[in-house]
Amino acid sequence: MSMGAEHQITAGFMPLFDSAVLVAASELGFAAREGIDLTLHRETSWANIRDRIAIGHFHLAHMLGPMPLACNLGLTPLASETIVPFSLGLGGNCVTISNAVWAGMAAHGAAPDLDPARAGAALGALIRERAAAGHDPLRFAVVHPHSGHNYELRYWLAACGIDPTRQIEIVIVPPPFMADALATGRIDGYCVGEPWNSASVAAGTGHIVTVKAQIWRNSPEKVIGVRKAWADENPEALAALLRALHHSARWCQDPANHGELAAVMSQPGFLGLPPAVQMPILTGHLQLGDGAERTIDDFFLPFDKAANFPWKSHALWFYTQMVRWGHVAHTPENLAIARDCYRPDLYRSALKPLGVALPGANSKVEGALRVATAVGATGAGLMLGPDGFFDGQIFDPDEIDAYIAGQKSARADA
Amino acid sequence: MVRTALAVLVIDENRIRAAIIEAGLREAGHERVTVIHDVTGIARRIAEIEPDVIVIDLENPNRDMLENMFQLSRAVKRPIAMFVDRSDQASIEAAVDAGVSAYVVDGLRQERVKPILDMAVSRFNAFSRMARELEEARNELESRKVIDRAKGILMKSRGLSEEAAYTLLRKTAMNQNRKISDIAQSLVTAAGLLGPAEDE
Repeated sequence: MSMGAEHQITAGFMPLFDSAVLVAASELGFAAREGIDLTLHRETSWANIRDRIAIGHFHLAHMLGPMPLACNLGLTPLASETIVPFSLGLGGNCVTISNAVWAGMAAHGAAPDLDPARAGAALGALIRERAAAGHDPLRFAVVHPHSGHNYELRYWLAACGIDPTRQIEIVIVPPPFMADALATGRIDGYCVGEPWNSASVAAGTGHIVTVKAQIWRNSPEKVIGVRKAWADENPEALAALLRALHHSARWCQDPANHGELAAVMSQPGFLGLPPAVQMPILTGHLQLGDGAERTIDDFFLPFDKAANFPWKSHALWFYTQMVRWGHVAHTPENLAIARDCYRPDLYRSALKPLGVALPGANSKVEGALRVATAVGATGAGLMLGPDGFFDGQIFDPDEIDAYIAGQKSARADA
Repeated sequence: MVRTALAVLVIDENRIRAAIIEAGLREAGHERVTVIHDVTGIARRIAEIEPDVIVIDLENPNRDMLENMFQLSRAVKRPIAMFVDRSDQASIEAAVDAGVSAYVVDGLRQERVKPILDMAVSRFNAFSRMARELEEARNELESRKVIDRAKGILMKSRGLSEEAAYTLLRKTAMNQNRKISDIAQSLVTAAGLLGPAEDE
């Protein structure tokens, strides 16, 4: 512990690759350079992270994007008010299925090209065929009910005409157990971050059928969740941390540093997996199974495309999915809570002294950018997008009632 | 209204700790105690047991799965919340500090559940203390072994008595502001690298 540090900050994280920006901030000195003594604690469940934030063991933590919303909306036990001043990246997840399901999908026209529409159509045909034959519904796993994984899996399935509440079963499995659960037939597929998809492919027990970056390109995943009571009392410490995370994220994005980043993450205290296992998420070059491979644009972005900006439209999209799947009622009060959870104002004020490009708006219309686009921003050279949903839908946070109403009818039609 | 005995389910991958908790519950007069080490097939078990209180160790990576099941599954008849009363901050902190969490079915009165949680917390703490002491004893034994080997090397290579060898180790440790066992370990490692292999 450096005694001279101005700020003492304790943070929790889960051993997943997208904790990299937080880990690198500590291990490569970005936090120390901002006068922060950053102590990281590895946790075994999101519930532990939530509990330790709630009782003040942690000031902040690596969290699932929808998790702070769930805390503030009263959906989880023992949660405290949590805000999001920083996003840890865009993308990074895949949907992986068993060899048996892949064979069934291939018979219905699936190809190893990761195309969400084509894969979803084949999966839908297989599901209807199985139902007609009286088989049990396929069982998919996600890491947590209030996760990007759960919402993007459901979004993809529903957009392909599959009702995820009735035509399949969705269970919760911790990320490191996914590959094993698939191999032993306890689940038929899952949606999780890397390296737990490539793990099944490498073991010959699964196929990657689509990826988050193609279901919704440049979409939100993990965030920094901060205990609001601490943030209110320690604005300088928080701002210093956000600057440290900014520098760390920039470093993580640079391909020249990927080897070193993979080596840091491979240490037993972080991921504890060989560096080679971490290269697919860094390069976007994935093995899909049976020798097929693909390089995915914007597979995981820890920094580029304003990846760290906590867009209110990201939080609001998560909120629409919480409403859609019955996690929360759509009321003016709940909408206000969802709107206040992500804090671009804190991000902006912390980074302003650095003179870097910052988005001028707090929200954007999601899915509207067909090509990479320079946006109006303070500072120079901020590119966003493309950010399309695979089904061509647009999410306009100013038209949230219509969006929620539209997706409800889509569900009823499914 | 007749008070039926509470059904308590203990989920802990650590068998020794689970046994300690179970013993504590039985001593306190709880007869309906079930212990589960492995969460495979737990939904069915919970449907059979119909627990009023579920005690889980915080290190269990399946907590997210279990919480989701408590909230959504048809396996649990009544919704289950964490702890008894959120306002009891002190006991919540004590539990998290101890590394244990408890879930109770909706509607159970605090005075019926709090003794269970208090007992779990104190037994978890006792277990941690025991584990720590065991670890210290093990380290102590390891250090003593390595110091003995280092002494042996010094006695052989420099013709010292056992006492003189130990004094030299201790002096070196003091001068370098390190532990004797560290100095001994360095010496053993160096001897292994430099000298003829000891094991040959």
